[in-house]
Amino acid sequence: MSQTEEFVLRMKGISKEYYGTKVLKGIDLEIRPGEVHGIVGENGAGKSTLMNILFGMTVIHSTGGYQGEIEIAGAKADIKSPFDAMKLGIGMVHQEFMLIPGYTITENIKLNRETTKDNPVSRVFGPKLKTLDMASMGRDARKALDHLEMGIDEWARVAGLPVGHMQFIEIAREIDKSNIKLLVFDEPTAVLAESEADNLLAAVRKLSASGIAILFITHRLHEIMAVCDGITVLRDGSLVAHKRREETTIEELARLMVGRSIGDMIRNPAKSLPDRNALEIRNLRVQMPGEAAKGVDLDVKDGEILGIGGLAGQGKIGIANGILGLYPAEGEVRFHGEPLPLNSTREALKRGLAFLSEDRRGVGLLLDMSVEMNIAATAVEIQGKFLRRFGPFSQIDGKAVRAHALETIKALDIRCTGPLQPVRRLSGGNQQKVCIAKALVLGPRLLFVSEPTRGIDIGAKRLVLETLVDLKERLGMTIVITSSELAELRSVCDRIAIVHDGRIAGILNPDDDDAEFGLMMAGDYGKR
Amino acid sequence: MSHDANPHGTAGTKGAVRRFFTNNLVTLVFLFIGIAGLRVSGLALPFFIVDIVDRVARNGFLVLALIIPVLAGLGLNFAIVLGAMAGQATIIFMTHWGIGGIWGILLCMAISFPIALALGVLTGRLLNKARGKEMITTLILGFFANGIYQLVFLILVGTLIPMKNETLVLSSGVGIRTTIDLTDGLKFGLDDLLRIPLPLFAILCGAAVLGSFPVRSVLRKRALAAREKTPLRDGVLALTGLFLAGWGIKNLVVESMYSFIRVPAGTFLVLGALCLFILFFTRTKLGQDMRTVGQDRHVAEVSGIDTDRIRITAMVMSTVLAAWGQIIFLQNLGTFSTYGSHEQVGMFAIAALLIGGASVAKATIGQAVVGLFLFHTMFIVSPLAGRALFGDAQLGEYFRSFVAYGIIGLSLALHSWKKHMQQKQGAGG
Repeated sequence: MSQTEEFVLRMKGISKEYYGTKVLKGIDLEIRPGEVHGIVGENGAGKSTLMNILFGMTVIHSTGGYQGEIEIAGAKADIKSPFDAMKLGIGMVHQEFMLIPGYTITENIKLNRETTKDNPVSRVFGPKLKTLDMASMGRDARKALDHLEMGIDEWARVAGLPVGHMQFIEIAREIDKSNIKLLVFDEPTAVLAESEADNLLAAVRKLSASGIAILFITHRLHEIMAVCDGITVLRDGSLVAHKRREETTIEELARLMVGRSIGDMIRNPAKSLPDRNALEIRNLRVQMPGEAAKGVDLDVKDGEILGIGGLAGQGKIGIANGILGLYPAEGEVRFHGEPLPLNSTREALKRGLAFLSEDRRGVGLLLDMSVEMNIAATAVEIQGKFLRRFGPFSQIDGKAVRAHALETIKALDIRCTGPLQPVRRLSGGNQQKVCIAKALVLGPRLLFVSEPTRGIDIGAKRLVLETLVDLKERLGMTIVITSSELAELRSVCDRIAIVHDGRIAGILNPDDDDAEFGLMMAGDYGKR
Repeated sequence: MSHDANPHGTAGTKGAVRRFFTNNLVTLVFLFIGIAGLRVSGLALPFFIVDIVDRVARNGFLVLALIIPVLAGLGLNFAIVLGAMAGQATIIFMTHWGIGGIWGILLCMAISFPIALALGVLTGRLLNKARGKEMITTLILGFFANGIYQLVFLILVGTLIPMKNETLVLSSGVGIRTTIDLTDGLKFGLDDLLRIPLPLFAILCGAAVLGSFPVRSVLRKRALAAREKTPLRDGVLALTGLFLAGWGIKNLVVESMYSFIRVPAGTFLVLGALCLFILFFTRTKLGQDMRTVGQDRHVAEVSGIDTDRIRITAMVMSTVLAAWGQIIFLQNLGTFSTYGSHEQVGMFAIAALLIGGASVAKATIGQAVVGLFLFHTMFIVSPLAGRALFGDAQLGEYFRSFVAYGIIGLSLALHSWKKHMQQKQGAGG
């Protein structure tokens, strides 16, 4: 049974480095024809890098390639471009649809693989001017759709179709390729409603029954258990386990997926929390593309560090952005008992909320301005601090700005050549500290921090997190940290709220069981 | 959040009519202004018809040259000015060599082809480096090319480039004269190939419009994807066809002054051929690739289409067509201003296309034809209307440029407004 030809795909010891950081460490993977194989892991576990290697994406080859071996159907394969992957019979159903809305379903299924026929002009000027054979394209499309039991008209336009249909059109496009051997589904159910997801799973089973091997990448563990034969768990770029479905449970997968990696980083000394709520959020809905909140209910206690965790795209980022008025929001928010008007950044800042954006370079900083002006800018604008007034005119008080900057640079240990250095030249960690300084100058009572350690090296991460804990300890500030890195939240937060599908799935303590976190993030909590 | 399953919930006749109005807002506004202007100017209909038929024949090719870059997602190609320069340069050669008539025209087209091709490749390459800013790039490129054109024909001719021709070169011996007369050369080279009386022309046009219905229904049945019903547009089209044919027959039977108007049918034949070519082209593999690139460059790239190459091809086609378009334009005009004729070619052609209801992202032959008629109506009517209203023809001249720039500004604004509203609706769910 274990001869090499038995496998459609065999990856051996795949490793990958990006600029000295190991993102994949010796991954093995074997898939047989007709097998459905699940890959699970948190954000950043290395799933997408692995798929990029399989598809020969340029991002891999422009950063020094990878180590390890790939065999397709028993033969060693060197996949240098997506085109190579296509020729080898590897197909992908993309998470974001690669469809053209203005085209019909047929045109989309046959995109750049159109059937053509000769005409007098093409005989003279070459095959590029052959006429499209729409009738035969339509027949092929019909066949592929029928295979998926889709009754939909192959001449309908894609624009306006439900997302579930769009996904099936992508699948139809892949199975229309005659040589397809392995089909990769990247988070296929992320955008689907429950019933659509069930249809998809049925289709996956059907495809595998016809001999196509399937790689199924998802966060939703119950789906893995529903369709997969074999399961691979990745965490932090390492292979954690290979499992057969029969020999594992959802709880075990959740535990394997989350694990615990930085237990010893920083400890936030636990204190008994007051029963006063600093912030009460009721039914908050935020229209942030890709991170929409759909009815969040959450209380933030005075003086705590609350973590908001969850997988990418579930809406955790939307909460802070909505409250601060950066994206349109509806619902009810009370800050220390007083209702907070939504959709007004100015009001939110005035009342003592502050926000460190996840988009540090875009929203958070004025990159070409000096450190001192960055620190002072928001305070000048919102509170009229650092200003000298002359009747109707006002002027920035350079001395006050400088004095404050020097003080802050020292207090937060910002490494820079001086208060006049442009922020662009600082390292990521120090830029983040400037952001913190900028928020602090407002004297906020509550600080929202989004992805504070994204794109920062380990040492700086520690500094940023320590600074946050310190703010809470010394100033009694309430802090809400939104982060994709669960380990980081567990090391500094008092409580952690997990967001799933735009709502709060539950609130856990940092030292709760790994499986609890895993299940909640996957949306399977209490579903068993 | 539950939302309406049917996004076009307000469909029905009322909805259809309203959609027709919002979709064709620009065209309808200028249609109204045109008709009102025609009334005010007191222009006699025969004169108007002679003029407009002439102008449409003259300008049609240039406007149609704009359609292909729009398909490929390059927006409105202000760089057809470069093609126009290539056309003009070859006309100067022809006049110098004293070759005229239809053979002169054909030779002109042949010689301008490689020049326009080279310019198109260069423009395409530049645009691949200026993604998302294609329109402004082509606009500025036109100004820049104008400088080079002037350098060559105003300074280099007679100094570096030896040229002895008293009618063409300025009396100082350096530089081409500012106005060139084509009367004994290329003038009417194409137009005079075949001229037919206006009523006959109207009958042929009407027949072509009516004949397009069975052809289109066959195409649709066999292949065409969009089986959307457009009863309003079809109705307008059918009425226009019937009216043209009826009017033609009436004037042919009852001898009228219209029979003395002789339409340059040769030029219209070339225009028709270009329309057919564009229709054919959109149904080829290359045309489909171009549309794909225009709709979504990222998706096109992922599916393996060489998007850069496709964009360059589109630019080359547009530039070559513009060169030929300018040759046709000038042979009809019979005289041209060496340093001015090409300058506003891009602006006017784009205004004509936009007034027909085209946008940066979508342009059809039908829009080009409607736009041509409307734009030139404004052009003919506005100075006269200005004189009638204000007693000052000069004011009408101002109104002309106001119309050209105003159309571009207004339709671009309306287009982005429409897009904004659609996005808003889309995000509402």
